[in-house]
Amino acid sequence: MSKYLVDIQNERLSFFTPAGEVKALNDVSIHLEEGEVLGIVGESGSGKSVTAYSLMGLTAHPGKLLGGSLVFEDKHIENMTEKELRQIRGNDISIIFQDPMTSLNPVYTVGNQIMEAILLHTDKTKAQAKDRARELLELVGINEPDKRLKQYPHELSGGMRQRVMIAIALACEPKLLIADEPTTALDVTIQAQILELMMELKDKLGMAIIMITHDLGVVASMCDKIAVMYAGRIVEYGTTEDIFYRSSHMYTKGLIRSIPRLDTKEHERLVPIEGTPVDLLNPPAGCPFAPRCEACMKICLNQMPPKTEFDDVHYTNCWLIQKEEFEKGAQNE
Amino acid sequence: MNKPFIEVEHLRQYFPAGGFGKNRKYVQAVDDVSFTIAKGETLGLVGESGCGKTTTGRSMLRLYEPTGGKFTYDGETIFDVENKVYAEMLPYRKKMQIVFQDPYASLDPRMTVGDIVGEAIDVHKLAANKQERYDLIIEMLRRVGLNSEHANRYPHEFSGGQRQRVGIARALAVNPEFIVCDEPISALDVSIQAQVINMFEDLQEEMGLTYLFIAHDLSVVKHISDRIGVMYLGRMVELAESHELTEHPVHPYTKSLISAIPIADPKIAKASKRIVLEGDVPSPLNPPSGCRFRTRCPYATEKCAEEVPVWREITDGHYVACHNV
Repeated sequence: MSKYLVDIQNERLSFFTPAGEVKALNDVSIHLEEGEVLGIVGESGSGKSVTAYSLMGLTAHPGKLLGGSLVFEDKHIENMTEKELRQIRGNDISIIFQDPMTSLNPVYTVGNQIMEAILLHTDKTKAQAKDRARELLELVGINEPDKRLKQYPHELSGGMRQRVMIAIALACEPKLLIADEPTTALDVTIQAQILELMMELKDKLGMAIIMITHDLGVVASMCDKIAVMYAGRIVEYGTTEDIFYRSSHMYTKGLIRSIPRLDTKEHERLVPIEGTPVDLLNPPAGCPFAPRCEACMKICLNQMPPKTEFDDVHYTNCWLIQKEEFEKGAQNE
Repeated sequence: MNKPFIEVEHLRQYFPAGGFGKNRKYVQAVDDVSFTIAKGETLGLVGESGCGKTTTGRSMLRLYEPTGGKFTYDGETIFDVENKVYAEMLPYRKKMQIVFQDPYASLDPRMTVGDIVGEAIDVHKLAANKQERYDLIIEMLRRVGLNSEHANRYPHEFSGGQRQRVGIARALAVNPEFIVCDEPISALDVSIQAQVINMFEDLQEEMGLTYLFIAHDLSVVKHISDRIGVMYLGRMVELAESHELTEHPVHPYTKSLISAIPIADPKIAKASKRIVLEGDVPSPLNPPSGCRFRTRCPYATEKCAEEVPVWREITDGHYVACHNV
């Protein structure tokens, strides 16, 4: 038995669009232990959602898994049939989507939608499922659960809808919860409520969470480990402390530097990352970040940097670090 | 003291929402908001969605017909609803411009970028001939970090950050003095946001612009603003210089707003205690009596339900509306 709950190795995934092959994921490796919170951060189009969705076999149409292995509890997701996948979805692995309005069905009541997952995966009767649904609504902090069960999504506020989404996701006590930008569509004060709730539930139910977000503030307070993605690759991976205090990849550093913080002085200049994100239809030959990197060297433009491991967890893919490590090694000898 | 450059007094903006005659209901999107902005200053406006910050900006530019209040621009009355004074807007459209939130929706997909920027030049007849018009367009594009070859392209060929630059170039084309920036960066990626914020600051310095900077992200607003106003459910609850507001907030809503911002630093984030507000923002159709924040306020008393808190100055330049301060 592998020591990891989730073990993704060298995943490669492309979307075959009319305009050409979009290499959405290149050699992505991620692992996650039970009860752990992993944050995946990156810009739009960096492949963070695609990675998580592929773990549930939810790759959308022109997308194709080209290689690598996706193991969840010693089961290979990539070899599963649709029927086997259905056993896992909503049962062992659940997902919360970004926009709670579009991901809830507007013509079914909240109660109906929560019960659906319970009835599908357990042999509870309808009455038992309804009791469980009521319990779940209480668990996610919704008042008057009996009234809410009969309401439709449009009758609820954004924060409330997201709570319902979480209730549905937790219906079968999953071992892994994937949260895809769960708070991006919400206001800050509501975001604080939802994040608090997720952490509480994690401790109560002992599930692992994959948190997909572009907000470094959200991962800083919640996650044990962080994967930073850029253009379909993981550029740096490590514990939260590694990423924030010992970051080594230029993109991670730039990202941390570029966010405005409350504790900076007024009119202190931000240090942006210049340039624009890469076009995944024609990715550069070398490191995808090279065109925007201020420390770009000749080799960066031509060859993909190899992995540099600092310890068991923390690693990065950057030529600059390779060079530094090499020089350090040369000195020691 | 000199007359402030921009002065908004008791601005109200109600939108009809169902019902007839006496039963007509109104969404009180903005209710009794007053502030001033000095020349060359940036006033930030923050608040949650539906608090009326965008509406405030749009009403000032008369993109909506204001329900009540007065707006004075550089000593001249733009509108004074109570006295039925309304200025002819066209000359003022040259002085006041707006940058919209969504760069995908606010650019006409069938116009080239050159024409988008050039439209304002045509309307205000700022160019004598075609060559002059072209030169002006290129100058504007350069100013926002684009170049002449971009002028013949269409909006869909640009990334989000570039589109927002086009939106800014369009606003700058008439050489305005005052720009309402309505969440100009919230649709952009993190690494691009910083580029655009820096550009706003550079342009302000070069052209002596005055900004009303609207955003829901307090850390962004703090960064760019000299003073910040916090809105809740159509009313202004606190206004102060930006470091004063973030370091010594007095209104309970401002306090919770600041504590709710996720801090991108794990040590500080884990050590800090969040004030988590309970419940949701009430509906502006039927706002709570008295202080509108009282339903979520941990310190609410009976008085808060009965009386509307007065907007008053507690220390120099620090305004607040709360009974318990």
